[in-house]
Amino acid sequence: MSLTTGPAAPQAAAVDKSPHGGGKAGRNRRGNRSLSKHNLTGWLFSTPFLVLFGVFMLFPIVATFLMSFTDFGARNVTRPLEAEFVGLDNYTQLFQDDKFLKALFNTGYFVIVGVPATIVLGLLAAILLNNGIHRARTLFRVGFYAPVVTTIVAVAVVWRFVLDPSDGLIASLASEVGLTAPDFLGSETWAMPSLITMAVWRNMGTVMVLCIAGLQAIPTDVREAARLDGAGAWQELRGITIPLLRPTLLYATVITTIGYLNVFEEPFVMTQGGPSDSTLTVSLDMYREGFNFFHMGYASAMAYVLFVVIMGITVLQLRLLKDNTR
Amino acid sequence: MTAETVEKTPESPVHPARRRTGRGRTPLLYVIASVALLVMAAPFLWMALSAFKTKQDLTANPPVWIPSRWTLDNFTALLDQLDMPQYFLNSLIVAVLVTVSNLLFCSMLGYALAKLDFTGRSKVFALVLAALMVPGNLMILPLYVLMNGLGLIDTYAGLVLPFAAGAFGVFLMRQFMQSVPDELLEAARLDGAGEWYIFWRIVIPLVKPALATLTIFTFLGSWNNFIWPLIATNDPGKYTLPVALATFANDPNRTVGGGNGMLMAGSLLVVLPVLAVFAVLQRHFTQGIATAGLK
Repeated sequence: MSLTTGPAAPQAAAVDKSPHGGGKAGRNRRGNRSLSKHNLTGWLFSTPFLVLFGVFMLFPIVATFLMSFTDFGARNVTRPLEAEFVGLDNYTQLFQDDKFLKALFNTGYFVIVGVPATIVLGLLAAILLNNGIHRARTLFRVGFYAPVVTTIVAVAVVWRFVLDPSDGLIASLASEVGLTAPDFLGSETWAMPSLITMAVWRNMGTVMVLCIAGLQAIPTDVREAARLDGAGAWQELRGITIPLLRPTLLYATVITTIGYLNVFEEPFVMTQGGPSDSTLTVSLDMYREGFNFFHMGYASAMAYVLFVVIMGITVLQLRLLKDNTR
Repeated sequence: MTAETVEKTPESPVHPARRRTGRGRTPLLYVIASVALLVMAAPFLWMALSAFKTKQDLTANPPVWIPSRWTLDNFTALLDQLDMPQYFLNSLIVAVLVTVSNLLFCSMLGYALAKLDFTGRSKVFALVLAALMVPGNLMILPLYVLMNGLGLIDTYAGLVLPFAAGAFGVFLMRQFMQSVPDELLEAARLDGAGEWYIFWRIVIPLVKPALATLTIFTFLGSWNNFIWPLIATNDPGKYTLPVALATFANDPNRTVGGGNGMLMAGSLLVVLPVLAVFAVLQRHFTQGIATAGLK
């Protein structure tokens, strides 16, 4: 990689030539030399990141917060300071907005069904590939993880076909055995389960990889001892694998929950929130209010409500699951 | 290719020493794993095969898996109608810039957090950890206003800057750099080496596996990124591949039969490089997820 050469070379050479000169200068005040030197270099090494971070992350986070108390609209995109302060209006309006409440409900639905399914399937895949399978492991892992690294748009293109009611994969498989598949994406009942299935298919690999790493950290003699004591596969799973994998499962649950609470791409590319808002999620609602209707103040309030929900649930999960270990 | 290998595995002999761990159920497990793999891979296989199908095959009912006649028409039609090379180039430029800047800035801060004892270090680290938890959607609204104000909509800078330095990279680099022995750095300091020299010539070469991991994650993250390029580009000339593909997919003028073939061909072109890179480097991937996940 080019990182080891390049701009550092001249500087490095200069340092190499004058080891004594550099040493002498510092020798008189050896007491706090090391600390103050590290203070300066520490901040120099931090500055580029912190500048980018401040401008493109911290500032927008604060700005979203401030915007959520204004009537920030289309004209304010070019004149942001002319937005008017409206207090808590956006927030009170949100909780009377049936569409937003539906989005909140849909997001909850996505999380409550999607997270357990993703975790259980990911864990099972990990156990299968780590403990059951020895040949062609790489092939299986790549196959199971491939959906994670695939562009959502390409995934959507294929899944739209899989779910198509007239000539889709599932529809034609069903017709061969004499069944009629529902119009998955066009039905208020089926659209959400379809998107959840797709999300589980897509994200299971992440949980699997995490669990494989966790499984490999479990000493084999623990397993062997259990086996000598006559533990069956189920007992081994409940008594050893799951308890020892708890930190991994906790982490996987938390990141999957955060991801699903933010779910945007699946409904955006598959259903645009329809039919009749049955797949409208909070992030999609926020995007639409913000960028289609330019109700940016209102959308900002939505973003913050979602943020508070995410933080609350994350903290709760960490507490609950940690207490369980005791 | 995948399907063939899969079908063979159940019959493949199991190493005698390993049979014990499977407790005699190994063939069954291979069957389960192979079926699961087929389910996971079916959409990809369908996409890859459909890209080479004629209009007749694409609209056939019941659907045909293997093209009755292989054709490149979908690809030529796609390249005819869409400026694929330009989108590809846009995606590549953005991903390379994002990756290089992340490698540099995240390892610099990672080094400072792991090896330099400066006042405020713990606060900076807490900031990085907090940033890991903030959902990306929280900042896109003002980010759009900011980029618009700076005149960076429809520019590479507008696509790159918001992702130029991520908290995940800092966290990853810090974790790896902590394992570099302090004695090594102290020895170099005694020899009069400056911090930049130590960072660049000693620490960076020692954390190459971490840099490889970060490269893959950042590159793929940028390559697959969808929301921000969707917001930050209006000019089709600056579309990245996913945005171009999504626009094409939602275009009502796209002809039904041949259009679907083109869509599959386009998806294949977007996915193929990613899957190839991932298949080659998957070891680094798993290592990176494990490190980031388990401290």
